[in-house]
Amino acid sequence: TGRTGIDEDLYEELEEVLIQADVGVSTAMKLVERVRKGVKARNVQEASRLKEIFQEELEYLMGEKITPIQLNPEGPTVIMVVGVNGVGKTTTIGKMAHNFKEQGKKVLLAAGDTFRAAAIDQLEIWADRVGVDIIKHQEGSDPGAVAYDAVHAARSRKADILLVDTAGRLHNKSNLMDELRKVHKIVAREMPGAPHEVLLVLDATTGQNALNQVKIFSEAVNVTGIALTKLDGTAKGGVVTSIVTEMAIPVKLIGIGERMDDLRPFNPKDFINALYGKTKDNA
Amino acid sequence: MFKGLGERLDEIFKSLKGKGRLTEDDVNHAMREVKMALLEADVNFKVVKEFVAQVKGRAVGQDVLESLSPAQQVIKIVRDELTELLGGTQAKINLSPKPPTIIMLVGLQGAGKTTTAGKLAKLLSKQGRRPLMVAGDIYRPAAIKQLQVLGDQLNIPVFSMGQENPVKIAQSAVEQANSTGRDLVIIDTAGRLHINEELMDELANIKSTVRPHEILLVVDAMTGQEAVNVADTFNQKLGLDGIVMTKLDGDARGGAALSVRKVTGTPIKFAGMGEKLDALEPFYPDRMADRILGM
Ligand SMILES: Nc1nc2c(ncn2[C@@H]2O[C@H](COP(=O)(O)OP(=O)(O)OP(=O)(O)O)[C@@H](O)[C@H]2O)c(=O)[nH]1
Ligand SMILES: Nc1nc2c(ncn2[C@@H]2O[C@H](COP(=O)(O)OP(=O)(O)OP(=O)(O)O)[C@@H](O)[C@H]2O)c(=O)[nH]1
Ligand SMILES: [K+]
Ligand SMILES: [Mg+2]
Ligand SMILES: [Mg+2]
Repeated sequence: TGRTGIDEDLYEELEEVLIQADVGVSTAMKLVERVRKGVKARNVQEASRLKEIFQEELEYLMGEKITPIQLNPEGPTVIMVVGVNGVGKTTTIGKMAHNFKEQGKKVLLAAGDTFRAAAIDQLEIWADRVGVDIIKHQEGSDPGAVAYDAVHAARSRKADILLVDTAGRLHNKSNLMDELRKVHKIVAREMPGAPHEVLLVLDATTGQNALNQVKIFSEAVNVTGIALTKLDGTAKGGVVTSIVTEMAIPVKLIGIGERMDDLRPFNPKDFINALYGKTKDNA
Repeated sequence: MFKGLGERLDEIFKSLKGKGRLTEDDVNHAMREVKMALLEADVNFKVVKEFVAQVKGRAVGQDVLESLSPAQQVIKIVRDELTELLGGTQAKINLSPKPPTIIMLVGLQGAGKTTTAGKLAKLLSKQGRRPLMVAGDIYRPAAIKQLQVLGDQLNIPVFSMGQENPVKIAQSAVEQANSTGRDLVIIDTAGRLHINEELMDELANIKSTVRPHEILLVVDAMTGQEAVNVADTFNQKLGLDGIVMTKLDGDARGGAALSVRKVTGTPIKFAGMGEKLDALEPFYPDRMADRILGM
């Protein structure tokens, strides 16, 4: 537009863009305040530089580096994947398995969702597709027992990576969270140091409820990282801004589609750029 | 984690007791809190703006009754308007006088379509219908199997043709329903992004081929700001007949319900309240209004 100076309207516009990206109203207001101060401190006047200052400020808060998956140098790396229903846990495991296999690693999957209809079949199809082994029990069996077997199999088969799928569960269901805690405990007991990663999968389409998800899953199973899925849609996943800056949990991976190779490391710079992007060209 | 509207308004109206009428200033103050509460509940930004403008008009000049606090007064107005916007009274599903009634479920990936197909089949078979479920998701790994497992649990037949074209599948399923005396056809479709034109065309083709009586958009209650774009695009493309909000057994405030209702003008017909197949309830606009407001 024809504006050249930084005025109130421009700050308001920034706030609106952030709210519409699911950043959340209070975090959006805080960010705008920060940008306001940044503009003053740098003595900037041109409207065209607002985006640049916003990016600098948010990069400062979120960090600019990619946070890699934690690998266990002494044997199998156990990665547990958790989250609410339908966010993309099983698919993300399929994609990760593919990725690790491409790196020449020996990968094993554990079909820890014994509850949802055909969840085991779904993971099995991914195992076939990628060409890795899977440990599974019957539908309806104890997920703790699956985890137990899988950890032992990972060791005896000398797997590099064990990916443990879990059933989707809403964080406010305490019985289901207890079950998850139990699975986590069994993994830790059977292999000291494991799980080396507990990835919480968040759907980028999710709004502010993601904060509750992170908080409660973290309390239950010590989440070490986030995988943000479905970023191939139009949702920006802005809620992770608060998760990274206020809860200090890194986003490690992003999902950008339903195929095997639609997984990427989370790059804060790209994310921030897309967050303030009103057009597709910087997504 | 978030403050409900009641608490917020109580705070700002503390000084207002016994003041007579609500002035424009009072109302502006209150509306700021309403706006915040709705945004925190994930109601879409633009929907919030419109809503607040609308409610404001009604609130200015209201008497602050002796019996009610100003906060309660404003809350009542907001709540009534919100309930109205969410659909007033409950909406029911259209059952065709000439069988079979065809229901098609559509929506984003992971929203709960397949589960809702099972739930609807269960609910309507209890009401005396004879459903046929149709495996129209040929893409997701084990999607057909998932529906078959549900069909087995419910003892309800599932029509599938493997990875055949979904339009063909839907058409053949309706023929089979006709020839086997099934009076209800529930078509499960693959999850898809609203911006995926090819897959959106696929749905439009199913629609024009089998002419469903009910096209239901399945929406996850945890959805944020994008709910409006998603619902609007599905509605533009397909002309929705209803919405199902799923995962309302969670603790999401569910502002997306207001967003999708407002942008499509389509009633929300059901609430998904759990993973089990009996966890489908009618949608109650007044309860949803309270939930969004955090009360
Ligand atoms: N567009 C898109 N779809 C995705 C992505 N990741 C997963 N999906 C789809 O989302 C849907 C749900 O994925 P699942 O992997 O089954 O999710 P889940 O968390 O394991 O689900 P439950 O086990 O039922 O809780 C499927 O249709 C996936 O294909 C992504 O990055 N982009
Ligand atoms: N808690 C809860 N979970 C639900 C509800 N509805 C569906 N789910 C769960 O959400 C997840 C996704 O459900 P699906 O029915 O597979 O979703 P979908 O829309 O068919 O998914 P795609 O076919 O991959 O697009 C599963 O884990 C379901 O059990 C609900 O109302 N409450
Ligand atoms: K979802
Ligand atoms: Mg799964
Ligand atoms: Mg499905």
